[in-house]
Amino acid sequence: MATTADTFQAHGDEHHHDADHKPGFFARWFMSTNHKDIGTLYLIFSIVAGIVGGGISGIMRAELAEPGLQVLGHVVNFLGGDGASFDQQGHMWNVLITAHGLIMVFFMVMPAMIGGFGNWFVPLMIGAPDMAFPRMNNVSFWLTVAGFCSLVFSMFVPGGTGHGAGTGWTVYAPLSTSGSVGPAVDFAIFSLHLAGAGSILGATNFITTIFNMRAPGMTLHKMPLFVWSVLVTAFLLLLALPVLAAAITMLITDRNFGTTFFDPAGGGDPILYQHLFWFFGHPEVYIMILPGFGMISQIIATFSRKPVFGYLGMAYAMVAIGVVGFIVWAHHMYTVGLDVNTKMYFTAATMVIAVPTGIKIFSWIATMWGGSIQFKSPMVWAMGFIFLFTVGGVTGVVLANGGVDDNLHDTYYVVAHFHYVLSLGAVTSMFAGFYYWFPKMSGKMHSEFLSHVQFWIFFVGVNMIFFPMHFLGLQGMARRYPDFTAAYAEWNHVASVGYAITLVSVGVFFINLIYAFVAGKKAPANYWGEGATTLEWSLSSPPPYHQFETLPVIEDHHSADDHISAKPATV
Amino acid sequence: MSQTATLDARNRRTMLFAFLAALGMLGLGYASVPLYRLFCQVTGFGGTTQRATEADADIAERFAASAGGVTYSIRFDSNTDRNMPWDFKPLQRTDTVAVGQRDMAIFVARNNSSEPITGTATFNVSPEQAGAYFNKIQCFCFTEQVLQPGEEVRMPVLYFVDPKALDDPNMEGVEQITLSYTFHRAPDQSSASEGEAES
Repeated sequence: MATTADTFQAHGDEHHHDADHKPGFFARWFMSTNHKDIGTLYLIFSIVAGIVGGGISGIMRAELAEPGLQVLGHVVNFLGGDGASFDQQGHMWNVLITAHGLIMVFFMVMPAMIGGFGNWFVPLMIGAPDMAFPRMNNVSFWLTVAGFCSLVFSMFVPGGTGHGAGTGWTVYAPLSTSGSVGPAVDFAIFSLHLAGAGSILGATNFITTIFNMRAPGMTLHKMPLFVWSVLVTAFLLLLALPVLAAAITMLITDRNFGTTFFDPAGGGDPILYQHLFWFFGHPEVYIMILPGFGMISQIIATFSRKPVFGYLGMAYAMVAIGVVGFIVWAHHMYTVGLDVNTKMYFTAATMVIAVPTGIKIFSWIATMWGGSIQFKSPMVWAMGFIFLFTVGGVTGVVLANGGVDDNLHDTYYVVAHFHYVLSLGAVTSMFAGFYYWFPKMSGKMHSEFLSHVQFWIFFVGVNMIFFPMHFLGLQGMARRYPDFTAAYAEWNHVASVGYAITLVSVGVFFINLIYAFVAGKKAPANYWGEGATTLEWSLSSPPPYHQFETLPVIEDHHSADDHISAKPATV
Repeated sequence: MSQTATLDARNRRTMLFAFLAALGMLGLGYASVPLYRLFCQVTGFGGTTQRATEADADIAERFAASAGGVTYSIRFDSNTDRNMPWDFKPLQRTDTVAVGQRDMAIFVARNNSSEPITGTATFNVSPEQAGAYFNKIQCFCFTEQVLQPGEEVRMPVLYFVDPKALDDPNMEGVEQITLSYTFHRAPDQSSASEGEAES
């Protein structure tokens, strides 16, 4: 603990010499304690993981483009297995969906939202010089990287029927215990341990930073909504991840040390694993979307040139979503044999979440209402987010019904639902945030034209992938299978074409990045104009290596327009 | 610097509380294992059957006298785990009992392997809401069973259906209850090898 204090003081000393003194390349990027550098590392890591996870979904969409098994055999051969074996092809499918899910959840969305944007902008927005524990921040990042390596490694060691962990991202027992011999599942679980430990450390860091290091005058009720969203997310991480850690540690001991937590032969119960997993898993889905909510609030307010409508309602809606998120977990397991009363409770509790979520959607729309709207690229992405997330929310209310879920459980309807809120919702909000803040982070302007082009290609592509999945699910197509009857061929083909379109939009994204770094104009401090009022816009683009040597002072409401976009609407 | 020091102290305190919260949730995760078992036993959740004493059974029988002779059809289901070389089946597949009436079902198990094996049986009833009212006074599933190679045993279950079932709206329309057992190879085979040493 003493070392943390030293680091903090060392930073304090550096301030006196030169605000822009940077260490050498290795020390700067591999031993970084600077929140902006760590944020950049997280964003780069997330993009890399996104390419891997997105590439895996490309393999899956290619396989699902038509009935029969076409692609999996080649993948198995490529990884050194027996591509002619039906079992190994099926196992490879399981490995792919497992890797896709885990990578996207733990190594793409979470690092980008919390590690990337959170690290970059929480200290800037609250007027703090850095995170509370800069060195622990570094540990968080490298634990996440180590976790990713462990997951990738698991694909190359035996996992039962073939190489890799084929358990699904849920790692349900007994498939993950007696059903998967070999070290692959152990490596996958270890990967979750590492990523989870990194996230818990990060969460304590955010909570400490936000509680103790706000600039003078910045009360909790004056914090920008993005900071609120990260604060709620950090609490969710802190309370949910240890439960996952407990559950997967029990899996490890069941697998290797003869315990029987989830084995009926020794008095255990595999259903208990599902309860523990989803006690973590449901808050986890809010962990993935809440920072997106926060970013969307900043962006909508900026480009409507109006403070966000109903600031307090927006902040406490997120708190409510976080709290209620902990008491709805069994709606993921309606079909395990819950009795009618339990299903009734979980149906009602789940539907309650639609209330605070609705408050947010309506407040975003009310913010735009009567605003002086500019359709800059982040705004277009943000409005796309509102539409896509609402579609996913509506199907979520459908699935919340225990009776309806009996029919739709584990069908493509569920796949469509959670990809609308995550793949389309969370990812769209990440692109919105990226274009909103990219010039602030890099000092270079991206091309607004290319951003708009990317949005429209992306919007068409992802809707083509996932909207037909509603139809497939309602017609009874089960998820987690690499093959399907010819009756489902048409819409699956459409979805696979949609993937190709989405891939083009990702290409445009990278062209835009290259354009920005090669030919991008230098970004001024506040390139979005009068609507951008939070503290990060008072700094240069990119901000100095050490900012806020003298803490900014947040004035009272009467003259707060300079700093606080997120103030009560009544003022 | 003094201000930095106080901030540092506050930061450490906040982090300590945060870590304690995380640690608490980790503990809760493990505590859920006994809590979940207790919850299932108490509420009959997921079709967990109840244990009763002879005295309970006597009370139930007296209550049932006023129930007007409602009967349940009880079906017996038996399974063995994949790696369990036992034959295991009920002597009769169905039985009809009046509510509150004590009844005995006999299951027969035979060890087909050439080694002594300790078995342990898991159980539940279907429909699940019947679990809270299905009382066992005596059952082979309460203890582990050791069978020598080729040995065949008859194992009794003494049970009754609690008359309180008649007052539960969730039990309306339930006329048939299936009692299911699955025999697993017990993780601890030491009593089997001891038995071998004695014989």
